[in-house]
Amino acid sequence: MTTAPTGTNQSTTLAVEPEPGRRKLSTAKAMQEAISQRMARDESVFVMGEDVGPYGGIFSSTTGLIDRFGPERVIDTPISETAFIGLGIGAAVEGMRPVVELMFADFFGVCMDQIYNHMAKIHFESGGNVKVPMVLMTATGGGYSDGAQHSQCLWGTFAHLPGMKVVVPSNPYDAKGLMAAAIDSDDPVVFMFHKGIMGLGWMAKNNRAIGAVPEEEYVVPIGKARVAREGTDVTIVTLSLSVHHSLDVAEKLEAEGISVEVIDLRSLVPLDRDAIVRSVTKTGRLIVVDEDYQSFGLSGEVIAVVAEHDASLLTSVSRVCVPDVPIPYARELESIVLPTPARIEATVREAVAR
Amino acid sequence: MTLSTTPELTEESRRSLLNTMVLIRTYEEAIRREYYADKMPAFDIGAGLVPGEMHLSAGQEPVAAGICAHLTADDALTATHRPHHVAIAKGVALRPMTAEIFGREDGFGHGRGGHMHLFDPSNHFSCSGIIAEGLPPALGQAFAFKRQGNNRVTVAVTGEGAANQGAFHESLNLAALWNLPVIFVVEDNDWGISVPRSESTSVTSNAVRAAAYGMPGVRVEDNSVEAVYAAGGEAVARARSGGGPTLIEVHTLRLWGHFEGDAEGYRPELKSVPDHDPLPRYRDELLQAGGLSAEQFQAMQDRAVEQVEDAIQFAKASPAPNPSEHLNYVFSEGVNS
Repeated sequence: MTTAPTGTNQSTTLAVEPEPGRRKLSTAKAMQEAISQRMARDESVFVMGEDVGPYGGIFSSTTGLIDRFGPERVIDTPISETAFIGLGIGAAVEGMRPVVELMFADFFGVCMDQIYNHMAKIHFESGGNVKVPMVLMTATGGGYSDGAQHSQCLWGTFAHLPGMKVVVPSNPYDAKGLMAAAIDSDDPVVFMFHKGIMGLGWMAKNNRAIGAVPEEEYVVPIGKARVAREGTDVTIVTLSLSVHHSLDVAEKLEAEGISVEVIDLRSLVPLDRDAIVRSVTKTGRLIVVDEDYQSFGLSGEVIAVVAEHDASLLTSVSRVCVPDVPIPYARELESIVLPTPARIEATVREAVAR
Repeated sequence: MTLSTTPELTEESRRSLLNTMVLIRTYEEAIRREYYADKMPAFDIGAGLVPGEMHLSAGQEPVAAGICAHLTADDALTATHRPHHVAIAKGVALRPMTAEIFGREDGFGHGRGGHMHLFDPSNHFSCSGIIAEGLPPALGQAFAFKRQGNNRVTVAVTGEGAANQGAFHESLNLAALWNLPVIFVVEDNDWGISVPRSESTSVTSNAVRAAAYGMPGVRVEDNSVEAVYAAGGEAVARARSGGGPTLIEVHTLRLWGHFEGDAEGYRPELKSVPDHDPLPRYRDELLQAGGLSAEQFQAMQDRAVEQVEDAIQFAKASPAPNPSEHLNYVFSEGVNS
């Protein structure tokens, strides 16, 4: 254990949200690049998880890392999440900076004690004397008929439990900068990437999954939302793949004179409450689009943020989430429960009509 | 199994083992006294200077003394919900430990942790209140030590009830697979709260489970501190020299209840439990062997009382945490949510 992690934390020297430049990467490649750049200059950073080595991560989060850094620092584990996530915690306590992959967020059930009772609480229980600078990255989301145990987002579940930062990027630029910030953080960070934003060749294409990414190292500070699109009639607060759907809807409705502002939260913990309130103050209409389950989660929290600030701001409130049902397998059923562009569009139209 | 790698016990090292046991017992008796002091006549678990669950380790001193005699402050140890004996044997300072148990500002966790969540970074000591879940982080400490290229080791202590948990088996597999310098120590005190091991465990010795993971397994009977010392010495030497993990199960004794306030009505042998107290037994062994005088033992006890009462006074004098700081320490950077 160490009171000051030994990692060569140089985040203060890094650019914060530089210009994107012209080079384009997929979100997966942007994540790989962030990890790779950190590993290159900090020996304490290592990657560990199931199939992160030669396979490169089931959703390509670690492609190529083993070729550059070898199996000593890019480590395939047994299917034994409690053991290897716990191992990451212990290594972090001793000053290393592990990036540990939980293959699907849905798998948290077999290892949650290590995550929420240990990773998230050690700093608190120790009165700040023991730090756990660890990244737990995990794939989320559905839309490709993977069924009820491989399609969930679940970020609200992690964010509900104190002691973990919860980061949810929506695009390549943010994914690189947020991953860099996550590795630099002295606190545990759960980094939740939606499979649909990774730019994978074997899933439905999404044109925003590939975007401009600077080659240099930089950080996107954790806890700052982004105005993905400015608008005046209605605010959509959203995150991850739903940002893309919301932007598609906003572009479509612009032709009809409906002006939609899209706020990409980028993290649940910390939650950028100011950004939410600022936008709703302008538009008076709030729609939360969240691919997580509807009840007891992020959507209710965002609405509460505004209501607690000033409920009179709200001319209209609605949410587009997964209704409280497990994610179904059949395409016809899954597409009904997910927050699709069609559902978002209908909700915007209802909101502006009020 | 041979015990050739363990140093021969001298009279002085025997006295040192006993001294550790005496200090632990003195500590647990004092905590017990303080725990009940203001919970009478009606027991209220949340009342008093020391509130909450209290799991004391009297009777299990041989495990702590015998294993930790081989460790330095640079080695790591993860303990359980019953952590005081191994903390003391590991060298954890009594003052901040006691202040934490009293929930005070000068405690290790500034009152955020309590008796099941003691963290002493200077001794690489920690504990967890979740059965078997202290083992996976121990692997990570051992992993870090191995990467650092030094010969530091990690001890992961748990009870026999933990040996039926998934985390136990996952940890043994990964430690053996990656040849990590870990010593798994199972304290078999016969009881998982009220359930006897015969009703919880499919094997009579958890040491045999080591074979399933390709590591040596040893069972120490009789709660003998010297037998623990011997088994611990061999296991620690193996880990330090790159030989990988070992599983040691010690048949020990829970002298008191699972937690304070436990009437132990489920325990048929309750009346005879004190007859098996390892502390007077070892004291008498040393007295009879001539390695200890009555005066030396008295001095040992006096020093222990002095240290323990100093720690209790320190804890009582320490301020309570400031209620206005109740949001502190969730994150290192001061942002809560």
